[in-house]
Amino acid sequence: MKTIEEIKAAIEAAVPGAGVEMVMNPSVSGQHSLRLNPEHAVEVATFLRDDAELALDFLSNVTGVDWPGKEVTEKVKGTRTVTKTVEGVEQQVEETVEETVKRVTPGCLEVVYHLYSVEKKHGPLVLRMRTVNRTDQVELPSFTPIWRSAEFQEREIFDLYGIVFTGHPDLRRLLMWEGFKDHPMRRDYVEPDDFDYEPTAHDEVVARVQAHKTAQAGESGTEAGQ
Amino acid sequence: MAVDEGLKIELGKQGVFVTTIEELYNWGRKNSIWPMQFGLACCAIEMIATTMARYDLARFGAEVFRPSPRQADLMIVSGTVTKKMAPQVVRLYNQMAEPKYVIAMGACAISGGPFKQGYNVLKGIDRYIPVDVHIPGCPPRPEALLQAFMTLQKKIDGQPLTGEGRPRYLDAEAQGEFPVPVQGEHDLEPASNKGVWTVPVVIK
Repeated sequence: MKTIEEIKAAIEAAVPGAGVEMVMNPSVSGQHSLRLNPEHAVEVATFLRDDAELALDFLSNVTGVDWPGKEVTEKVKGTRTVTKTVEGVEQQVEETVEETVKRVTPGCLEVVYHLYSVEKKHGPLVLRMRTVNRTDQVELPSFTPIWRSAEFQEREIFDLYGIVFTGHPDLRRLLMWEGFKDHPMRRDYVEPDDFDYEPTAHDEVVARVQAHKTAQAGESGTEAGQ
Repeated sequence: MAVDEGLKIELGKQGVFVTTIEELYNWGRKNSIWPMQFGLACCAIEMIATTMARYDLARFGAEVFRPSPRQADLMIVSGTVTKKMAPQVVRLYNQMAEPKYVIAMGACAISGGPFKQGYNVLKGIDRYIPVDVHIPGCPPRPEALLQAFMTLQKKIDGQPLTGEGRPRYLDAEAQGEFPVPVQGEHDLEPASNKGVWTVPVVIK
């Protein structure tokens, strides 16, 4: 198969202004991927499928990734005016101050597609797409009209991550029931407090035991059962 | 009223067969338990193996797997009960005619198993319906299911038709239909049927 650079060049030649970025994988496997611009993603995907040389006719796998917003602490140098008494005279003096600024980087949701070619016996080519944020702008174009095998996997991602695939013919929850409110695979998913006795509690289960006990103690005043 | 064993044997030698209605009735019931044809996950494969020639569930009179809950006496909950499936399992149980029994087969059906602390799996079907025999294992071997069958047969054999320990269907006061849980916004509602299941007390 062509290298990732060659594929990127081929896409840009076929779809002007496609806005494809390379995401390099520094590990031994070197499985690099292309991040598509959602606006042109359908055109790019159609090209990848129909191109005689690439002929990526088989969509093997669709994955969702959640990138929660991170709180970043930065030290910023700034100046501010301070009134100081220098040699008995009050003066306005500029001082260099180092400030700690906390800001939250916006999170996003990502979808990863693995493409193979049955005809040419090559692959995989990894495609990625990111949403704008994790709350209201979570639309991405669906690849179901291009590769039918995306249908159930995109429904699963819609169910578990909350990415809305525009152009999907039948976007319903797949694993959880209708009327379920949350997206369980998101990092900030809060499970219902349904902790039950666990003989070998460990790691995050220990934290759930504690949370459950506090909730119960707050509710009834006494610890019932466990 | 039980018949004295020695007297029974003596009479049998003389060609007189003595029994009680209770004994005869239970004998008939325990040897014709028809399970429901119903599997949920990998434990169902072991259940199928149990019915096949090598283990041969037919020896226990239980080879007729009924495709309808209305003709079945026994529900083998074989496999993981997800929160999405749990209301249907309870509904199927409600549709079975009395007398009915339940075997919870495998780690998932009895407690949630390896998925216990997950968001989508019910922590044991005994939260909603009364279970007669629990089989641990992941999955249990066919021999374990046969053992459960024999345990259930013993239980049926020992059931008195009158008095305190009589089965539910002979007790007009007993609960006959079990409430089907509703799929709520975050979890099943209610999380368990208080009439059949209580939080186990942990003794340290």
